[in-house]
This record gives sequence, structure tokens and C-alpha cells, in this order.
Amino acid sequence: MSEIRLAQVTVSVPTGEGHRRILDETTLDLTEHRIALIGPNGSGKSTLARLVNGLVPATTGRVLVDGLDVARAGREVRRRVGFVFTDPAAQLVMPTAREDVALSLRRAHPTKAERLAAAERVLADFGLGGFGERSVHGLSGGEGQLLALAGVLATAPSVLVADEPTTLLDLGNSRRIGDLLLGLPQQLVLVTHDLELAARCDRVLLVRGGRIERDGDPAEVVGHYRATA
Amino acid sequence: MSAQLLGLHRPGDTRLHRLGAGVKLLGLMVAGVVVVVVRGPVPALGFLAVAVALLAWSGARIVATVRAMRWLLLTAAVLGAWTVWQHDWPRAVEVVADLLALIALATTLTVTTPVDEVMDAVAHGLRPLRRVGVDPEQVALAFSLMLRAIPTTLSLAEDSRHAALARGLERSPRALLVPFVIRVVARARDTGDALHARGIGD
Repeated sequence: MSEIRLAQVTVSVPTGEGHRRILDETTLDLTEHRIALIGPNGSGKSTLARLVNGLVPATTGRVLVDGLDVARAGREVRRRVGFVFTDPAAQLVMPTAREDVALSLRRAHPTKAERLAAAERVLADFGLGGFGERSVHGLSGGEGQLLALAGVLATAPSVLVADEPTTLLDLGNSRRIGDLLLGLPQQLVLVTHDLELAARCDRVLLVRGGRIERDGDPAEVVGHYRATA
Repeated sequence: MSAQLLGLHRPGDTRLHRLGAGVKLLGLMVAGVVVVVVRGPVPALGFLAVAVALLAWSGARIVATVRAMRWLLLTAAVLGAWTVWQHDWPRAVEVVADLLALIALATTLTVTTPVDEVMDAVAHGLRPLRRVGVDPEQVALAFSLMLRAIPTTLSLAEDSRHAALARGLERSPRALLVPFVIRVVARARDTGDALHARGIGD
């Protein structure tokens, strides 16, 4: 597994009257296979997840992935860390499913024929064979999220950060995507409100008010959150 | 839903489909110059007729495409009315016909050409500019995002209209425009984040 290290990291955003602290000083080592971040809306858990591939820069402190500083080696870190958003519509940037996956593969496969063939293989691996020519607009929520996941995993990252990937999905698709995520060989950092999914991870962190309130055994942390939410 | 048809490739086997993306892009650029240089309402109507014929030949579903373009057609109508007021009828016909002809030609290009091929053609065409610091891949990506933004923006306009309608504010330009602009900016930011997260454009 990769090693994600946050060393005395804080995140603040400017406001009209100064700065607002989003994440209090946090020091963490994340080495487990599947790590869940849970907590109320606006608690700072998405901010914490977005630090891992530099989508949110640390105001102070350092974020390291396998020893690489996200602030200095962002490009290299993003090759190792894939990111899946809540809304696949924001993530799918090409008109068709095949073109969207092929976009991720431009670096790995410079020639078009290779790229499109590889994209078809990726689609088939994710149960989206035959979806190549489909418009990304016309996909259901579950299909869209599956495609977003396929586009990210096509580049074979060693870490996957997923920010509430099941929030917009119905029960069946939520289970399908959840099972798929937990079954991946990659290290997973999962931001979720689905406490059953969180409880199946190897480590759970409860983020509340911009700080890590609990960290450890999934059953214990999820139980504490249920009791105090 | 109909807005999604714009900018979407439709596989086919017409000569237009088989023509290289670079040739079609160059043709569109030349057409853009020609319709501006050649003046008068009659040539403009001629360009429009040719463009619509090409669009029909491409296999695009004309009725659905026109429905998807209704906001663009409304904009063209407003532009035409303004030109009549500022100038005269012949000038208005020329301006509106030129605009619609270029939209029809651009739609023909997107209907008959996968975005991947457009990106490759742009990147290939701009390769000589690498010497002066231009990154052809970045320009090609921007080009493809622009094509993708057409249906997305129309879809966001539709969402904003529905939201205003649901609150009984369909006649308020503020209730339509402010959320629309915010949605477009938010989507642009999300797209930027997504590209950044996928390492595209690094």
C-alpha cells in the first residue's frame, strides 16, 4: 500500500474579515488499504481528501504521498492518486464514453488506434462494453459513476480518493459502486455518508468541526458517530 | 435532453464522415472567413442553404437539432431585430443567415467527427507552433472542452429555466440569469478540478 502522510497540515480560506479555518492542525499517517472519512456536512472531510492530490493546497504543513510532496511534485502525485467526484457529470468531460476513457489514456497510448482499443477494454472490464458510442449525458447515475471510475482507474493509480461517490445514486447502484470500490486493489480513501460502507473499511476517521474527532476501529468510530450525530 | 444532441458525434458512413478531421476544420475556418468577406443577403442565404444541406447529408436529425438550437435561434432572432432597427432588412438577413450557416457547418463538423479526431487534428496542425511555446495538446484539449461546453451550457440553461418555473419566477430575467451564470461558473470550476484530478493538462 502507499503511504499518505499529513504533517501539521492546516487549511484556511480567506473571508471578508480575515481567514476561516477549514481544517485544524492535523497530523496523520494513512497506510491501510481502505480508509473511510465520515462526518457531518461542512466538517472538513472533503477538504482532507482533496489535500491528497493537491486539489486543495495546505495552508501550512506538508502532504506527502509515498514520500512525494504534493505541493512540489503535484504532477507525479496525481499520476499515483486518482480522484472520483460525487457528481460524474462534472468529471466526464468528453462527449462519449469511449472518448472520455481514451482521454485518460492519451499519455499511455500516443497512437489513436491503441488508445481507442485500450479504452474499449477498460469499458468492458467495468461492465460497460457496448457503451463506447453512448453520450455521457445519456447515462444513468450509476452508469455515469461507473464510467467516471473507469476513466480514473484506466491510468492505474496506486491510490483512489472517492469523494461521496454514492451520494447521488439509488440503493442498487450505491451498493454496486460501494462493492466495486471496496474490492479494488488500490488504496482507497473514501469520503462517505454511508455508514454501512464505512464500517466495511479497515480504518475510519470521524471529522467534525475541522478536526479528527475519532480515528480507528470502524465499528467503534461509526458507533460513536451514530450516538453523537 | 435535446440540448445534448449539439456537439455530439453521430457515427455514419457518408463522405463527410470519411473526410479527415483536419480538412473539415480547415473548411470550417475558410467558410468563416468567406461568409464574412462576401457581403449581401443573397449570398448569405445561399451559404445557409448549402450549410443546411450539408447538415442534412451528415445524418443529423434535423428536427431534433433545430429543437436543440431553439435558444440559439431566439438569440439570432433578437440579433436580427436589433440589426433591422440599427440598419435595414437586407443587412439583418445577411447577419442572421451568416450566423446560422456557421452554426450549421460547425454542427456538421461535430456530427461527422469524433472529438478525439478533432483533438488529434488540432494538435497535429499546431505542432509547428511548439517552437514558439505553444503546447498543441493543451490547445487541442481546450478545443474539445469548448465543443463539450455547448450542450452542457444549454442543459444548464434548461435547468435554470425549470428552477425559475418551479418557483413561479419564469418571467424574471434575474431569476433566470443569475442562477444560470452561477451554474456555468460552478460547472467550469468542477470541470477544472476534474481535469486537474485526472492529471489532464499537467
